Amino acid sequence: MQFKELVTEKLKNQFSDSIVEVTDFRDDLSVLIKKEKIVEVAKFLKDDGDLQFAMCKDITAIDWATRKKRFTIVYQIFSLRNNFNLRIKANLDEEPWQIESVTSVWPGANWYERETYDMYGVIFSNHPDLRRMYMPEGFQYHPLRKDFPVLGIPGSLPLPKVIK
Amino acid sequence: MEQRPNVYTDDKLYKRLLADKDITIDDALENEMVINMGPQHPATHGVLRLVLRLDGETVLSVVPELGYLHRGYEKMAEDMSYIEYIPHTDRLDYTATLCNNVAYVLAVEKLLGIEAPKRAQYIRMMAAELSRIAAHMVAIGTYAMDVGAVTMVMWTFREREKIQEIFDKLAGARFTTSYTRIGGVGADADSEVLKMVKDFLDQFHSSLDEMDKLLLGNRIFIERLEGIGVISKEDAVALGLTGPNLRSAGVEYDIRRAKPYLFYNEIDFKIPTYAEGDCLARYFIRGDEVRESVKILYQVLDKMPQGEVMANNPKHVLPHKTEIYSKMEELIHDFMIINYGINPPVGDVYFSAENPKGELGFYIVSNGTGQPWKMKIRSPSFCNLQALSKICKGAMISDVIAIIGSLDPVMGEADK
Repeated sequence: MQFKELVTEKLKNQFSDSIVEVTDFRDDLSVLIKKEKIVEVAKFLKDDGDLQFAMCKDITAIDWATRKKRFTIVYQIFSLRNNFNLRIKANLDEEPWQIESVTSVWPGANWYERETYDMYGVIFSNHPDLRRMYMPEGFQYHPLRKDFPVLGIPGSLPLPKVIK
Repeated sequence: MEQRPNVYTDDKLYKRLLADKDITIDDALENEMVINMGPQHPATHGVLRLVLRLDGETVLSVVPELGYLHRGYEKMAEDMSYIEYIPHTDRLDYTATLCNNVAYVLAVEKLLGIEAPKRAQYIRMMAAELSRIAAHMVAIGTYAMDVGAVTMVMWTFREREKIQEIFDKLAGARFTTSYTRIGGVGADADSEVLKMVKDFLDQFHSSLDEMDKLLLGNRIFIERLEGIGVISKEDAVALGLTGPNLRSAGVEYDIRRAKPYLFYNEIDFKIPTYAEGDCLARYFIRGDEVRESVKILYQVLDKMPQGEVMANNPKHVLPHKTEIYSKMEELIHDFMIINYGINPPVGDVYFSAENPKGELGFYIVSNGTGQPWKMKIRSPSFCNLQALSKICKGAMISDVIAIIGSLDPVMGEADK
């Protein structure tokens, strides 16, 4: 697993103080970074000649409910040249839940960030078009948060009235 | 009573699109026009809604609106066990149910660190490839119908029907198959099924050629698609296109080859690519992929080993029903798995498989209990649709129909 070590080493050299943790579970490499550095790290991973992570496959969040750092934002990125999947994570530690958008680096991140905003209420600053993806405009909740019940909240969506 | 905001207005959207121009009757032809397409439009393959801004017949910009089929499958996954979720994967890309089943169980098996027996893996491979052919048949048929060749959909559905009959024998259901299990498959493929597959393949080649003859001998079909909806290689990668749509833009990326799962590394097949990246290339690539699938299926039938179809792993794999009723140990394991779940180790994995529409990925976060803490579905149709606004810019309004058909979205998957 040479490339794995190369990625880890390069990231550690470049951002020695903002890499919090590197884990390798079931052959998936994931790197936990400080949330302030997300755009710089993304830019570095995309532009570095050896790495070239040109494709962002997915962005999502994890709601830890009771933890103090409630949300973790997860980026799945992919390097076509090296055929390698990498996972970047960043913890959000305080309200307002906010992180900088990576749409300037990967244009494809646009909809993934909108979806994450819709489902978790995490604000992506500098996003060009941060609207809800699935839920209707004006819906007040964020359904994938752990405090949103599976059955939904009665009355949160107006139903047609009975005409007498 | 407190005033609730009206959630169904699109004030924001329309205002932004209209900017500050006031359209009056007198100068209506001088002005740009905003029209709504869908969600109930036969050419949008489901409930996709587009808001188009037009200058005459030229499209200036497109805003896709999703969510009309949002059923919250990611939320539901957090409230059910890993085994209970298998039937719900049928409802993602409902044209290729078995591909979804296979991708999901492989993701859970990666999380658990177990592997299905070789025969089960080969059966999965056979099922996935048959499913790929069936999905591409729908894609090609409806695509041709969208641009006016209505006969095509009858011909492709005739072939698809034969595959559905095989699924009926193999999985017990034609459409909502739910065939795979964690650690194997639901039932062994008996000799009758294998013979049905072989018979199907033997006659399929000639009907595929017939279909090609029908469409490619048609000047209208070619001229409506050639050079329309071009996307460059760089844009396709940047916007996260996968599957046939990415390969038709000249990027040779297929997960079956890049990160072989099941036993695709033992199979010899080509990855068709086209450099053009236009609508016609996206038609050709699906035909080529079907031909490759046929090749794969012949090899799978040849190499299919004998043996078990469920892994021997009592803590994670459900025992067979007859054993539950006759053996004490199996009864206990069944009770534990059903009541407490399969309890994978704490951690998170991302697994992706090559589906007919592109890369279907499952990101599962486990906290060690019987239910996933989080499950994220990376659905290819959703990511492919993101390129729509880019591709449609500058096209004619009738091309928009062809472009949607060529991207081949399935809204059940895009909306989750």
